[in-house]
Amino acid sequence: MAEPRFQPGEQVRVINALPLGHVRTPFYIRGKTGTIERYCGSFPNPEELAQMRDGLPAQPLYRVKFRQQEVWPDYDGSPNDVLEVEIYQHWLEKA
Amino acid sequence: MRSHHDMGGLPAGKVDRIEHDYADWERRVDAMGVVLSRKQLLTVDQRRRAIEALTPQAYDQLAYYERWVIALGQTLIQRGILTSAELAKKMLEVEKRG
Repeated sequence: MAEPRFQPGEQVRVINALPLGHVRTPFYIRGKTGTIERYCGSFPNPEELAQMRDGLPAQPLYRVKFRQQEVWPDYDGSPNDVLEVEIYQHWLEKA
Repeated sequence: MRSHHDMGGLPAGKVDRIEHDYADWERRVDAMGVVLSRKQLLTVDQRRRAIEALTPQAYDQLAYYERWVIALGQTLIQRGILTSAELAKKMLEVEKRG
């Protein structure tokens, strides 16, 4: 299992990558900055499972909290509204 | 660039929340998916990869379980359980039944 590198409350940025293959990080969240809400556990890497490999070592998965206004520039709801997305560690960097 | 299936945030109509009844063939496709998972021949990620490989036109036009049929078929061929030739022969047989 890969070592978890982030703690709840830490600021992280989703890398703005456009790789090939099957990925589980939605396009709309790439490049956005959020806060680690919780560590969800470690799981075989879906990008590897998709290619018929075992996905090991397991990769840490986090629930990351984003302000809706950060995600959607024209968002007209409350500035306190948030969106939570589950993202694997290798898609995150320290913000 | 953004992959066609990765539609989150794009303008769209309302989500259809009506419950649908499943046709027999759809139940069979679902069961096939369960069997392949149990036999460790298919993961949800492999299935998604195969579905995401559809052309944008096919992705939009095919029904949910039609996408699954294609994904399961591709996986069976890649795993060496079926050959394209066997599948072609069977499809022609079924077509002749009318």
